[in-house]
Amino acid sequence: MTSLLSILNLVTFFPIVGVLIILFLPRNRHNAIRWTALIASVITFALSIKMLADFNINDPDLQMVQEVTWITVAGWDIKYHMGVDGLSLLLVLLTTLLTPISILSTWKAIEERVKEFMAFFLLLELGMVGVFLAQDLFLFYVFWEFTLVPMYFLIGIWGGPRRMYAAIKFFLYTMAGSILMLLAILWLGLNQGTFSIPELIQTGGIDPQLQIWLFLAFAAAFAIKVPMWPLHSWLPDAHVEAPTAGSVILAGVLLKMGTYGFLRFNIPMFPEASLKLAPWMALLAVIGILYGAAVSYAQRDVKKLVAYSSVSHLGFVMLGLFALNMQGIQGGILQMINHGLSTGALFLIVGFIYERRHTREMDDFGGLWKVMPVYAILTLIVTLSSMGLPGLNGFVGEFTILLGAFGSSPIGSRLYAGFAAAGVILAAIYMLYMFQKLFLGPLDKDENKGLKDLNWREIVILLPLLILIFWIGLYPKPFFELMGPSVQKVVDILQTAALAVH
Amino acid sequence: MSSSDFLAILPMLIIAGWTMVILLVDLFIPRERKGITALLSAIGLLAALVVVILQFGEERVAFGGMIIADGYASFLQLVFIISGLIGIALAYDYIRRQGIERGEYYTILPFSVTGMMLMAQAGDLIVIFLALELLSIPLYVLAGFARPKPESEESAMKYFLLGAFASSFVVYGIALVYGATQTTNLDAILTTLQAGQAEGTLLLIGAGLILVGLGFKVAAVPFHMWTPDVYQGAPSAVTAFMAVGAKAGGFAGLLRVFLAAFPELAADWMPVVVWIAALTMTWGNIAAIAQTNIKRMLAYSSIAHAGYILMALPAAGKTELAPEAVSGALFYLMAYTITNLGAWAVVLALEKKEGKGLEIEDYAGLGARRPLLAIMMTIFMLSLTGIPPTVGFVGKFYVFRAVIASDLIGLALVGVITSLISAFYYLRVVVMMYMRPGEPETRSEFWLNFSVGLAALATLVLGLLPGPLFEIAGNAHMVLLP
Repeated sequence: MTSLLSILNLVTFFPIVGVLIILFLPRNRHNAIRWTALIASVITFALSIKMLADFNINDPDLQMVQEVTWITVAGWDIKYHMGVDGLSLLLVLLTTLLTPISILSTWKAIEERVKEFMAFFLLLELGMVGVFLAQDLFLFYVFWEFTLVPMYFLIGIWGGPRRMYAAIKFFLYTMAGSILMLLAILWLGLNQGTFSIPELIQTGGIDPQLQIWLFLAFAAAFAIKVPMWPLHSWLPDAHVEAPTAGSVILAGVLLKMGTYGFLRFNIPMFPEASLKLAPWMALLAVIGILYGAAVSYAQRDVKKLVAYSSVSHLGFVMLGLFALNMQGIQGGILQMINHGLSTGALFLIVGFIYERRHTREMDDFGGLWKVMPVYAILTLIVTLSSMGLPGLNGFVGEFTILLGAFGSSPIGSRLYAGFAAAGVILAAIYMLYMFQKLFLGPLDKDENKGLKDLNWREIVILLPLLILIFWIGLYPKPFFELMGPSVQKVVDILQTAALAVH
Repeated sequence: MSSSDFLAILPMLIIAGWTMVILLVDLFIPRERKGITALLSAIGLLAALVVVILQFGEERVAFGGMIIADGYASFLQLVFIISGLIGIALAYDYIRRQGIERGEYYTILPFSVTGMMLMAQAGDLIVIFLALELLSIPLYVLAGFARPKPESEESAMKYFLLGAFASSFVVYGIALVYGATQTTNLDAILTTLQAGQAEGTLLLIGAGLILVGLGFKVAAVPFHMWTPDVYQGAPSAVTAFMAVGAKAGGFAGLLRVFLAAFPELAADWMPVVVWIAALTMTWGNIAAIAQTNIKRMLAYSSIAHAGYILMALPAAGKTELAPEAVSGALFYLMAYTITNLGAWAVVLALEKKEGKGLEIEDYAGLGARRPLLAIMMTIFMLSLTGIPPTVGFVGKFYVFRAVIASDLIGLALVGVITSLISAFYYLRVVVMMYMRPGEPETRSEFWLNFSVGLAALATLVLGLLPGPLFEIAGNAHMVLLP
């Protein structure tokens, strides 16, 4: 069953092949380097599609499991243990889809140190996929921390004017959370005798009071990553300074590592603590939704607006997850994907205009529809998707989450869902405000009159995202089916725990 | 005295004997061909390395309990010989281009290694002292090797004065312990303690003084004041050797004395050591932030790392947890040695004459100028921070495990939080190399590049596949552990 060339290993480690080839290419052969990176990431995507094809929809457990002892130390068996289930499958696909898209988006934008850029980008992909597939706490932590390094360089070398500040802030914030998680991981290893995540979930039996501490230690790492209010302050800096491709990956995938962490670790490993803390998590989530929306509205820089909107959207995801019921969690997972698609697309869109005008201030634009009609229409679709218009993907996710939150007994009050629903309206306000400032009104700035509409490359970049935006919006059933059994398993764990509490 | 006794100290005998031969041979080696001395010196160390590996884990008590050969000693001797070898490789071109090439360098250094190796095998407080002096005195000389450069002389003088001061603490401590127990043999001290025949107060003061003296050697706060000045002033190749070898030597004695002789007093020294470790990690890392000179920064970083290693001592306070904690400390020492030697080697590659090229700002643009060197420095910085997949992370993981196993959660918290602080200044070097433009002048010398490359490779490989080293460290028990 475990073999070197099994599909999970290939999906995770294929980017390394690209990195190795790139390392041997001459520094000034920019196009060769770009093509290598693109092809490597497209092959990785194809491999992940193969993984999807092999995936058994009806099996709630881990599939295609790879398990080899990696390190034995002091009675601990640290394993190279990888597996995929309904919780992680879609996120892996999202990662492998967004990576080639991001690479394609850098074709003109990255002209300096292309070699390093592409190498770091592929290493980042490796780390992210590893995070979603790892089933051993030690292995997970290694991947988790590893993603920091390439992202740090992507922001720090190719970022905007305040890139050094943003890169260090990003690194330190994330590390601050993860070191607490490391202590909790060590505690689990010492007291439960294993690092295997499925085993830890199955064994359970941790004292509820201790569970709270462990929950908090893990939550420190994940809440910073999500980011949950009030731990979000690294996000706007990182997003604004990062190059477009970095922002796409940051928003599209890296933030999901946080929400995924809650789903994979906190909820099933510490179910009693999750039930007990659910109202608090929901409270923070709702504050995040409203705060993110309010701050978004106040931004004059488009990229900052999109960055803060992430805080709001991820608040929805957290609310859904901590509804701790079927709809809530399913909606949460779907909303992770939705946010990856919509916000990824929004960052690309901001990148397109920035490459043309080298500004992102809304006041510098206006009336762009007249010169860039294709761009305007595509932006409109993405904007509507992001604010949750029925028929597009955002609506399905948010609606399911709200349903879950309304019916959630752990959260306890319908007020949370009520306030969250207000967030949907606020989203419409700030998104439409942005659209209006950019595209409507008179075309009164001379610099904007000569702008060229999107070229083919740019349209091709957006196309897959648009297709998925419509697909999820109109026919989400297959997506729910993919995650259904695995989510049911988590919900079962929670129900057992709830019975034990009462 | 039997042949078995000499077998126990064979590696030391090889180095010491061979070095004395070189001392004579060196007289006949012409001034411009001192590379031969370096080679000869390295051969001696390599021969000892082979013997250490062949004898690995053999347990012998020799010379009436004066010498203990065990896995613990063998592991540490590996560390010492490796740092000695790299110390020679780094010095090879460095002392020539700094205009301080003398054959004595390659004979003094192995003597210091012998002292460290003796420290690891010490079974008696007298031997501890002997080893301490044998490892220190050559280092005083090496620190002043760049004379008449005032910084180097200052460094040597400072190190010597404070080192002598610390030695006297150790001697006084030994005297008091002897007064309290009528013996200086570690095993006998333990027996006396277990029998309840020791004079309590005297013993505690004695143990405290030994802790102070050895704490000075490992540069633990508050006995660290000398470190930045000495590290900065000494020739960088010497500092590299000193930062790993002397520190590991201090720990070799510290762990041995406290775990072999004083485990009964654990309740008394544990809280003290917990505080020292916490302070060392905190102050070392905070002070490092303020440094602009890379040598001073690495000096404070080495202080901080002493704190991480020191955490293993209280973690070993509970007898049943001691073997794991010691293994953790040993692993960490090896990880620190590899990474730190690599980092110092990079410092050497950028150092120019008259102490130029040592500001962190001088690293600007290294990423573009020497991509490979910069990547390796990045690996070292990440390893010192403790980011996977590097050996530094695995080392921290192992030590923290021992700390948490003995329920010192507070200490573990201090440890991780200070690691976070350390990320700030280690990353600043990376920021400089990649994110600031600059035209650094670098050296590209064979042995220098060799050392950097080897260290970087080891840092990564042992970070990804630490299994074998874990196993070796895990089996490197102290024979006297009760």
